Amino acid sequence: MPLFEALLELADDHVVLGHRVSEWCGHAPMLEEDLAMPNMALDLIGTARTLYEYAGKVEGQGRGEDDLAYLRGEREYRNCLLVERRNGDFAQTMLRQLYFAAFMEPYWTAAADSADETIRGVAGKAVKEMAYHIRHAGEWVIRLGDGTGESARRMAEAVENLHLYTDELFEAGSAADVDVLPDRAALRPAWEATIDHIFGEAGLSRPVIPHPQTGGRNGVHGEDLGHMLAVMQSTHRAHPGATW
Amino acid sequence: MYSQGLIGADGSTGETPEFLEAFQKRIDAEEKIEPNDAMPEGYRRTLIRQIGQHAHSEIVGMLPEGNWITRAPSLRRKAALLAKVQDEGGHGLYLYAAAETLGVSREEMTEELHSGKAKYSSIFNYPTLTWADIGAIGWLVDGAAIMNQIPLCRCSFGPYARAMIRVCKEESFHQRQGYEIMMELAGGTPEQKEMAQDALNRWWWPSIMMFGPHDADSQHSDQSMAWKIKRFSNDELRQKFIDATVPQAEFIGLKMPDPDLTWNEEKGGYDHGPIDWDEFWRVVKGHGPMARDRIRDRRKAWEDGAWVREAALAHAEKRRARKIAAE
Repeated sequence: MPLFEALLELADDHVVLGHRVSEWCGHAPMLEEDLAMPNMALDLIGTARTLYEYAGKVEGQGRGEDDLAYLRGEREYRNCLLVERRNGDFAQTMLRQLYFAAFMEPYWTAAADSADETIRGVAGKAVKEMAYHIRHAGEWVIRLGDGTGESARRMAEAVENLHLYTDELFEAGSAADVDVLPDRAALRPAWEATIDHIFGEAGLSRPVIPHPQTGGRNGVHGEDLGHMLAVMQSTHRAHPGATW
Repeated sequence: MYSQGLIGADGSTGETPEFLEAFQKRIDAEEKIEPNDAMPEGYRRTLIRQIGQHAHSEIVGMLPEGNWITRAPSLRRKAALLAKVQDEGGHGLYLYAAAETLGVSREEMTEELHSGKAKYSSIFNYPTLTWADIGAIGWLVDGAAIMNQIPLCRCSFGPYARAMIRVCKEESFHQRQGYEIMMELAGGTPEQKEMAQDALNRWWWPSIMMFGPHDADSQHSDQSMAWKIKRFSNDELRQKFIDATVPQAEFIGLKMPDPDLTWNEEKGGYDHGPIDWDEFWRVVKGHGPMARDRIRDRRKAWEDGAWVREAALAHAEKRRARKIAAE
């Protein structure tokens, strides 16, 4: 069922990144970020909920958003590797957010013309949120890249740590045969233009990655995702069948 | 969320009797005092301390609830909890801004929190052990906070009173959300019901302690009452809270952990058993189970974020310099 699989990939990307961002809540470098990060996490989790709900409907087995989010293990999760990377420091968190949003913004722009009404609906809301995430995270990438010696070093380190996971964003995954979702490979020029523009102001350069890391769309993740899911799913799984 | 009777207020003040009398006249006429108005030093100091404690409580309060964001049992609950904790942070920001109008900076207040000089509501020095604690905090802790804060909407100091109007609206939503979590648990599986009862058992007494010492033992209330910073006594507010909450517990089939709790027909309210004031003072004085962890976490976030704040300032400075150079 390619549409079901493709919706899961999308929903998993959003719930995993939303969870990661939510881990910062109460621990941000300043109060303003303690407000901004839950905001971004809420956008992502909100989108994930709609996508899971729709995936469940498409599958037709009676599974709802929580069954799909809480009762699948790490081998069944289909998110890309970028979103599951640990938060690391603030530079790494903001760069990860920028990389993802710079991909999703043109993705939802393209999806706004989808023949599928639900996808059009998600796209209309999410595209605005992603534009905000690009702005917020992009501004931080610029501030940190062009801030102090330490912040520039940390920002460059974040690029080195994360850039090798960005190629996977453009893999077709399960969406190859799904004509109601955008062609991911076609979004590369838009993504590169956004990143180059921000990197230009931040004094960073986009590295060439000879050996990108991929595998998330096949359920082959890094070791961190299992720990993240163990935490996220613990309460739900401890009480089978309970409602909350 | 917040709050507890102001800890350690000092209303002493050194102005002339004429000045104080004129000020009191404005208070008695229910005029709002605004930041640029003349005010007794004791009034300013009391408010800085109270608004500061309130702001710190919102910020520290993000930690016990944040403890369950990553483990919330459903996506709906996860989103609601995120939004709630974000609201608390927003209240903190709002309140720091209100305190700043009295001539103290957010940085100074933050340093006082980290050094242990400034206090915050001691309820947050208890741990959140199960998901039901998130329900109990919303229902009881935010419920108690509302009792304290609704009268603060009429506080004589304008910026604080206006901040409270918005804060109270959000808190009342949190309180209903917390109660709804408890209702779902109490009507759920036996394990869920047990979880709810256990949370009520642990949070009830600390919640009613939030109103502070009994009126007979409360040294600082009189001046605050005269200045209309405070409108009701600790015991009056505590009684209102108990009377409102007991029927809510009964409605969802939970039992209050107070064997002496009885309806008193004559006074039209509940009588409660003795409060463990030793525990209250122990926790207020910084010996609560999570006190060290809370401050350690706040300090760590602040210290770990220092390079980010420095970078933001350095970048703003560079931009400014480039703009001037271009002109």
